[in-house]
Amino acid sequence: MREMLRFSDVSLTYQAENGEVEALRDIDFSVYEGELVSVIGPSGCGKTTLLSLIAGLEPPTDGTVTINGTPGYMLQKDNLLDWRTIRGNVLLGLEICGKKNTANTDYADRLLGTYGLWEFRDKHPSQLSGGMRQRAALIRTLAVKPELLLLDEAFSALDYQARLVVADDVFNILKREKKTAVIVTHDIAEGISMADRLIVLTKRPGKVQTNILLEFDPPDATPLKRREDPAFRGYFKTIWEGLDIHV
Amino acid sequence: MCNVISPERVAYLDGKRKRQRLIRLCQFSVLLFTVGLWEGLARIGIIDAFLMSQPSRVWRTIANLQNNNLLSHIGVTLFETVVGFAIGVVLGIFIAFLLWYSDFLAKVSEPFLVVLNALPKIALGPIIIIWVGAGMQAVIVMALAISLVVTVMEMFNGFKNTDTELIKMARTFGATRLQTFIKIAFPSNLHTLFSCLKINIGLTLVGVIAGEFLVSRAGLGYLIVYGGQVFQMDLVMTSVIILAALAAMLYRMVVFLERIVMRAVKGS
Repeated sequence: MREMLRFSDVSLTYQAENGEVEALRDIDFSVYEGELVSVIGPSGCGKTTLLSLIAGLEPPTDGTVTINGTPGYMLQKDNLLDWRTIRGNVLLGLEICGKKNTANTDYADRLLGTYGLWEFRDKHPSQLSGGMRQRAALIRTLAVKPELLLLDEAFSALDYQARLVVADDVFNILKREKKTAVIVTHDIAEGISMADRLIVLTKRPGKVQTNILLEFDPPDATPLKRREDPAFRGYFKTIWEGLDIHV
Repeated sequence: MCNVISPERVAYLDGKRKRQRLIRLCQFSVLLFTVGLWEGLARIGIIDAFLMSQPSRVWRTIANLQNNNLLSHIGVTLFETVVGFAIGVVLGIFIAFLLWYSDFLAKVSEPFLVVLNALPKIALGPIIIIWVGAGMQAVIVMALAISLVVTVMEMFNGFKNTDTELIKMARTFGATRLQTFIKIAFPSNLHTLFSCLKINIGLTLVGVIAGEFLVSRAGLGYLIVYGGQVFQMDLVMTSVIILAALAAMLYRMVVFLERIVMRAVKGS
C-alpha cells in the first residue's frame, strides 16, 4: 500500500515569551492510502500541532514530515462564511487555490447533490442545522480533491446526538470517496469508532504511546454499528487504562 | 398556521403602531413648537430678530436662493464633502490594509497614529493652506486630516480582530495574505466599515466647514463666517439649518447604502 504520510522522529518546540513549550517529541508513524487514522490523547498533548505540521502551517523543529498528496483540513468549527451562500462557501477553497473551473465546480455541485445539500445551495449558513453546516464544511474541503484529509475535533461543536449522526455521515463520505484521513479527537469512543488505526499520544510533550490496528466485524461497519461490537469495549478499556487519566 | 393571526397578536401590533405614531407626533410637535416660539417671540419683539433672525426670514432667504447664490454654496460644500469622504474612506481602508498586512509596520506606526489621533487637526489649518493653496483643495485636505486617522484606526482594529478560525480555514487552502484579506478580513468587517462610514460622514463635514472657515471663498462654512462678519444673521441661521439638513441627508444615504449592501450580502 502507498504511504501517504510519514513522520520520522518529528519534534516541535514552541518559543513563547515566557519560555519554551515542547509540544511534540520524537513522533514516528505512517499513514497508508485509504486508511482512517484516529489520533487521541489528553488535552494539550499536541494533537492540533500534529495536524498543523501535516498541513504545512508550521515547520517541525526536528525530523521530517513527508506527505504524498495534497492535504485538506477540516477544523472544529465549520467556519462557513455567513455572507456567502452554501454553494459560495463550498467553492471558496477552489477560489483560493485558483482551481475554480467548470470541471471542479461541477464536481463540487455533484458533492452537494450526493450529500443532500443541493436544495440548500442558495441558503445562507445560518439557515442550516449544525450537522448540515458541518457537511457543507466537509464538501468545501473535498471540493479541492485533497488526498489526505485532516479532521481536527471536527464534531466537538455539535451536541452529542448530532455528533453521532455526523460522525457516521462523515465516515461514510470518507469511505465512499476512498479518502485517507487523520482524525484528531479527545473522545476515545469517537476515535475508536471512526478509524482503522488508532494512535494514542502521551501528555505534553506528546509522544506516540500506542499505535494499534482496529479490527471490527464486518470491517466496513459504520461508527454507530462499531459501538455495538464487543471488540469496541475491549479497545476502549485498553486505551482508557493506557491514558492514565487523573482528574 | 402562519396565516392565522390571533387577536392578541393584532392587539400587540396595533399597540406598537400606535406608539410609533405617538413618537412621530411628539417629534413633529417639538419642532413645530420651537419654530413657532422662535417666530412668535421675534414678532412680538421679546427677542431681537436682528441678532437671532427668525423662521420667516430664514424662509425668505431660502426662497430667494436664485439671487443670493445659496445654491452654488450648497453645491460647493456638498462636492467637497463627497470628495473628501470618498478619498478618506478609500485611503483609510488602504492604509488599514497595509497595517493589517504587515504587523511590523503596524507596530512601528502605532505611537505616530496615537499622537495623530489625539492632535486637534484644526491646528493644521494654516499649514494646509500654505502647503496646498487656499482653495477647494485645502478644504478637502482639512476634511481628510480630520477623518482619515479615525478611519485607519477603526478599520485596522476591525481587520485585526477578524475571527482567527476563519483565517486559519483560509490558510488551510493555502490562501495568501492578500487573498485572506479579500475573501475573509474585508467581508467579515462590513459592519465595522459601515459604522466607520457613519462616523466619517459627520467628521468629514466638520473638516469641510472648518476648512471653509479658514479658506473663506465659498460654501456654507464661508457663508456662516461671512454672514457673522456682516451681521446678517438670516444668512448664518439659514446656512446652519441647511447644513443640518445636509448632514442628516448624507447620513441617511449611508444608512440606505448599508441596507442595500447588507441585503445583497446576507441574502433574504
